[in-house]
Amino acid sequence: MPTIEEKVVCVTCPKGCTLQVTRDVQTVLKVGNGCKRGYEYARQELTDPRRMVASSVRITGALHPLLPVYTSAPFPKPRIPELLAILRMVEVKTPVTLDQTILEDVLGTGINIHASRDMSKIT
Amino acid sequence: MTFKDRYDMVVIGSGPGGLAAAISAKKNGAQDVLVIERDVEPGGILLQCIHNGFGVEVFKQDLPGPAYAQRFINEAYQVGVDFLLDTMVLEITRDHRITATSKRYGFLNIQAKAVVLAMGCRERTRAQVRLPGARPAGVFTAGTAQRWVNVEGYMPGKNFVILGSGDIGMIMARRLTFEGAKVERVLEVMPYLSGLTRNYVQCLMDYDIQLQLMHTVKNIIGKKRVEAIEAVAVDEKWNYIPGTEEIIPCDTLLLSVGLIPENELSRQAGVLIDPVTAGPFVDDGFQTNIPGIFSAGNVVHVYDLVDWVTEAGLIAGKSAARLIQAGPQKTEKVIPVKAGENVRYVVPHTLNPDHLIEGEIRVQMRVRQPIEAPVWVEVRSGERLLHRKPEPYARPGEMVTIFLKPALLDEVKAANGLSVAIAKR
Ligand SMILES: Cc1cc2nc3c(=O)[nH]c(=O)nc-3n(C[C@H](O)[C@H](O)[C@H](O)COP(=O)(O)OP(=O)(O)OC[C@H]3O[C@@H](n4cnc5c(N)ncnc54)[C@H](O)[C@@H]3O)c2cc1C
Ligand code: SF4
Repeated sequence: MPTIEEKVVCVTCPKGCTLQVTRDVQTVLKVGNGCKRGYEYARQELTDPRRMVASSVRITGALHPLLPVYTSAPFPKPRIPELLAILRMVEVKTPVTLDQTILEDVLGTGINIHASRDMSKIT
Repeated sequence: MTFKDRYDMVVIGSGPGGLAAAISAKKNGAQDVLVIERDVEPGGILLQCIHNGFGVEVFKQDLPGPAYAQRFINEAYQVGVDFLLDTMVLEITRDHRITATSKRYGFLNIQAKAVVLAMGCRERTRAQVRLPGARPAGVFTAGTAQRWVNVEGYMPGKNFVILGSGDIGMIMARRLTFEGAKVERVLEVMPYLSGLTRNYVQCLMDYDIQLQLMHTVKNIIGKKRVEAIEAVAVDEKWNYIPGTEEIIPCDTLLLSVGLIPENELSRQAGVLIDPVTAGPFVDDGFQTNIPGIFSAGNVVHVYDLVDWVTEAGLIAGKSAARLIQAGPQKTEKVIPVKAGENVRYVVPHTLNPDHLIEGEIRVQMRVRQPIEAPVWVEVRSGERLLHRKPEPYARPGEMVTIFLKPALLDEVKAANGLSVAIAKR
């Protein structure tokens, strides 16, 4: 079977290694450079690319009008626009604490949306 | 809460650098530690950096900026650090007297045994990159746009061009796309990316945002509001290449053209500033030339990883606590560390070899010219090679770190100075 040589930049950590990926159509055969997590990333990237997503939702009664939120795990890349559309409709109330679950199992992915910080009620 | 007018240690700024310094000073025996912050809440610039990418080194976790900050804010309160918020420090003297002003407490005078400067950095503005063209509304720094979009909740425009491939610019390109705006182009005058490669991949490539290297803004068009910008290709000397002009319609131009350490207070106190880093000259404990004045974080040099800022803060806090308890220590010999071949700068500027007895010393640097091939990072004493570390490549946008091991104690002690170089393997 013909093998394909590809360069994939790993975004798992800030090192951003350029991985030298050797694969056939479906499976990754070899990954040059990078660490173990880089191998996982290359495999994932070629079958089901995912990204951590951070955005914000509305909040009432806090110092700021927005609460920053993030996904509990990397989220399927093609569905990010759908996720953002949902977040735009969410509004939460104070108080909120770091890592409080804002949405559960969003879009049936098994991934939750968490608060990125505390936000207390301002008086 | 009432504030005392005497503290063991006062930290200026509550970003990750300041928080780490305060926590570590407390843990290392400083009695009372005060953090003064001009914003109404602690956390620093991280509060507006809502994207992930923080904490991979310190927590082995990929956290958003506010979450990273929150962990340290909570810890600081737990260990009993005092905070004075919504308070601006106006002056620091070389004998550690601090003048500050606050709406709530008025004019304040505080005497500290040690001071940690942790004021962070600010963005370069249009004036500092001398952009030609009209002066309509709609030209902002990327960080200002970040604050509006992520914290205050309004959009600065609909169609964007971003000048500069710094991390903040690339991160904002993705963020604005998330919020429904169109980013027409990212222009970079250098022949290479100035931010991290991972941000190019996950912020620009993922959303088909076009990056043009060796391009800049030749003209800003528009009367009241930006209507378009004229982009142009440049040669290695940044001269415009005639005939390559292109008009890109847009309503907003964001600048992501670099950060400068914020050192007005440091200068007033007599702290000497390295013209290359634009931050204080520091030793391996992050003490400046003024005894008892330390500095930590982006005020020293612009880091690309907040985790390193935290590490630096921890060291600064520990050194300050030591000084507070034991008084100034006599050092037999201070070894200067110099930037050698293909190294733009190195921090710390000097080190005390005796500190190697306690553990390794971290040395961080930026390369001058990119090398996209395996390199050696070499530490020499004169001609003698003391230590070298392989790296797969060296890029100006990505800081290089090496550790001097305790085993080098005798050789470092005997050296007149160390120099660090980065060369092809
Ligand atoms: C937009 C942006 C994106 C970034 N993205 C990443 C990333 O993806 N991953 C990563 O690891 N790192 C990232 N960084 C880097 C990281 O955020 C910084 O390195 C870190 O915040 C620096 O911490 P600091 O404590 O030195 O300064 P800061 O966080 O800037 O804190 C300085 C504090 O000092 C206060 N202050 C200043 N002067 C005074 C005064 N006179 N009186 C009272 N208070 C004062 C300020 O208000 C501020 O709160 C990013 C940085 C920026 C700017
Ligand atoms: S391969 Fe490993 S070290 Fe390299 S970027 Fe990926 S996770 Fe980081």
